[in-house]
Amino acid sequence: MPTFSTLLKAHYEITPDKVSVIILQAGKPDRPITYRELIKGASGYASTLTKNGIQPGDVVLLILQHGIDLLYAYFGAILHGAIPSIMPFLTEKLLPERYRSDLAALISVTQPTAIVTYRDFETEVRAALKPGEDSVKAVLLSDMVDGAGTPDFDTLGGLQRKPEDIVLLQHSSGTTGLQKGVALSHQAVINQLSDYSKAIHLSDSDVFVSWLPLYHDMGLIACWLMPILMGYPLVIMSPFEWIRAPYRLLQAVSRYKGTLSWLPNFAYNFCAQKIRDRDLEGVDLSTWRAVSNCSEPMRWDSQNAFSERFRKLGLRPEAMTTCYAMAENVFAVTQGGIDGTVLYEDVDRDSLQIDKVARPAIPDKPTVRMLGAGKPIPNTQVKVLDGKGHTLPDRHVGEVALKSDCMLSGYYHRPDATEKAFIDGWYLTGDYGYLVDGELYITGRKKDLIIVGGKNIYPQDLELLAYEVPGVHAGRASAFGIFNEATGTEDVVIVAEVDSDDPDEKQKIADSIRVAVTRGSAVALRYVHLIGKHWLVKTSSGKTARSANREKFIKEMAEKGQEF
Amino acid sequence: MNTDEMKAKLSEYLAKEMLKQPNRTIKPDEALLTSGLIDSFHLVDLALFVEDNFGVHIDDSELNASTFDSLNGLVALIQSRQ
Repeated sequence: MPTFSTLLKAHYEITPDKVSVIILQAGKPDRPITYRELIKGASGYASTLTKNGIQPGDVVLLILQHGIDLLYAYFGAILHGAIPSIMPFLTEKLLPERYRSDLAALISVTQPTAIVTYRDFETEVRAALKPGEDSVKAVLLSDMVDGAGTPDFDTLGGLQRKPEDIVLLQHSSGTTGLQKGVALSHQAVINQLSDYSKAIHLSDSDVFVSWLPLYHDMGLIACWLMPILMGYPLVIMSPFEWIRAPYRLLQAVSRYKGTLSWLPNFAYNFCAQKIRDRDLEGVDLSTWRAVSNCSEPMRWDSQNAFSERFRKLGLRPEAMTTCYAMAENVFAVTQGGIDGTVLYEDVDRDSLQIDKVARPAIPDKPTVRMLGAGKPIPNTQVKVLDGKGHTLPDRHVGEVALKSDCMLSGYYHRPDATEKAFIDGWYLTGDYGYLVDGELYITGRKKDLIIVGGKNIYPQDLELLAYEVPGVHAGRASAFGIFNEATGTEDVVIVAEVDSDDPDEKQKIADSIRVAVTRGSAVALRYVHLIGKHWLVKTSSGKTARSANREKFIKEMAEKGQEF
Repeated sequence: MNTDEMKAKLSEYLAKEMLKQPNRTIKPDEALLTSGLIDSFHLVDLALFVEDNFGVHIDDSELNASTFDSLNGLVALIQSRQ
C-alpha cells in the first residue's frame, strides 16, 4: 500500500520534468511547476519543520492564500510526516477578532504544533496564541522557510508513515465546523482516489482545471490531491479571483485543453448568467469531457443553462456530470454521467413531499425534476434507511447511509462526534434521498445545515452572532437557507423576534444583525426578517425549530406576494 | 449626471437588486463590502451595472474594499475615469 510520500517520491524519481501544477494569478504570467520543483520546494518546508522541532504525526496549520507557498507548505508537511490542515484566510468581511477566536478554537481542538503563514499575517496569528499554554511551538513565516532543497528520502519522516496513519485534516467553516475536523488516513484517501479515478475513467489525456477552495473536500481531494498524487496536470486559480472574473475558468480550459472540472451548482448559473461574450472570444470548450456538479443540491435547470449558453463554444452536452460527495468518505460517494448521460426523472410532487415516495409524474399534476447523482463508486455501498434504521426499498425517501473502505478515521480529537455519526458501521449522512436501480437521487437534508455556493454553514453559528445585537434576545432567532432558482444556491435568512414596533428602530436592528453575522462569519444574509414576540416555532425542548420557522417564513412572505 | 444623482441611482440598484429592500436608501458613507451588504457573488453584477450605466470599466482585480467600500468611494472611482 503506497502512502502520500511514496507517491511523491515516485513522481520525483520517474517523471521529474513533468508539469504537475500550473498556477494562474491575475496580472502575472502563468506559473508551471514540475514535480522536481514541487518536491524540492516541499523539501525546504520539511527541513524547516524538522529544525523547529515539529514531529511527524503533529498537526501543522496552514494559513496561506492559494499559490506556490501553499503548494510547497502542504506537501512539505506531508514529506515531513506531519498532518497538514488548511485554515481559510481572513477575508475583508470577517472581523479580525472573530477570526482570532475561531483560530483559537481550532487550535484548542486540533492541537497543532506549528502554524505556517505570511509575515504580514503574523501579528493576527500570534494574537490567537497563548504562549506556554497552547500546543503551538512555532509560527513559521513563508519568507523564512528554507529554500528548495534536494530531498533525502532516507531521513524524511513522511516515508516512515504507515498507510493507516492520519495524513490530513479537513474542516468546514464557522465555529462549529472548525471544531469538527475530518481526519483521513493515507489508506482512506488512496482507496478513494483509486476507485474514483476508475469511476471517472481517468486517462493520460486528462487535464484538471479548478478554482475551488482547498479547505473544502471538492477542491482538496478532486482538484488538488487526485491530480498531484496520481500524476495528472492541474491548472489552478484562486476562488477569490474566480468569483470576480468567472470567465477565467473557461479561458483556462481552452488554453490548457482542460478535460475535468468540479463545480458547485451555483457556479453553473453564475457562469451562464454573468460572463460576457467579449471575454469568451476564441474560447474552445470542446476538450471538457466531465464538468461534475457537486457539493450542494444539484439542479437540472442549472446544468442545462450552462450547457446551452456554452454549446456554441464547443461544450458537449454529455460533459455535464453529477457527483454526490462528502469529506467523511474522503470525497465521492456516487458519480453520474460518465458512462452515458446524466439521468433525470420527473416525479409526482405530492407523492414525494407527502408520502415520501418518488412516483413517476402523473399527467396534469405538479412535478419535480430530479437529477440523478449517479451510482456509488466501486468501493462504496449506499443504502436508504427509515427513521428506525431499516433499509427502504427503491423509490422510498429516507436517510442516505454509506459504508466504504475510505471512511474517515474519526473527527479529530472528537470521539463523541465520531461515535454519533455511525450506526452498525454505516455512516449516516444527514441527507435524504432515494435509490432507483442503484442510481441515487438526493431530495433534501435531515440536518440543519445551510449550503451556500458549496460552502457548509451551521445555522447555530449565525444565530449566536445575531444574539449579540442589542434588541435581539438569546434563543429568539432562527437561521435557515431557502433555495434560489435564479442563483442556483441557497439564500441565507435570519428571522428574529424583537420587542420594538418602531420601523426606524427595526431597520437599525436588522442592519445590525446583518453586520454582526457578516463580520462574524463572512456569510452575507439575503433577508433579515424581524417579527414580534412568540412568532418563532420552538421544539419541545425549547430550541428553535428551524425547518418549521422556514416553512412559516415562506408562507408569510408568499402572502405578501414574495415568492421563493 | 451629477454626483448625487449617481449615488441615488446606485443606491436604488443595490437596495432593489441585492438587498431586496426597494424602499431602502443606502447612505453615501455606508460600508458596502466589509459590512456584507454586497457579497462576493454580486461583485460581477455591480461591475457590469457600472459599465452599462456610467460607461466606466472596473477591472476584476479592483473589486475589493481597498478600492471602494461605500457609494462615496465608488462614485469617486467612476468620476476619476469618466
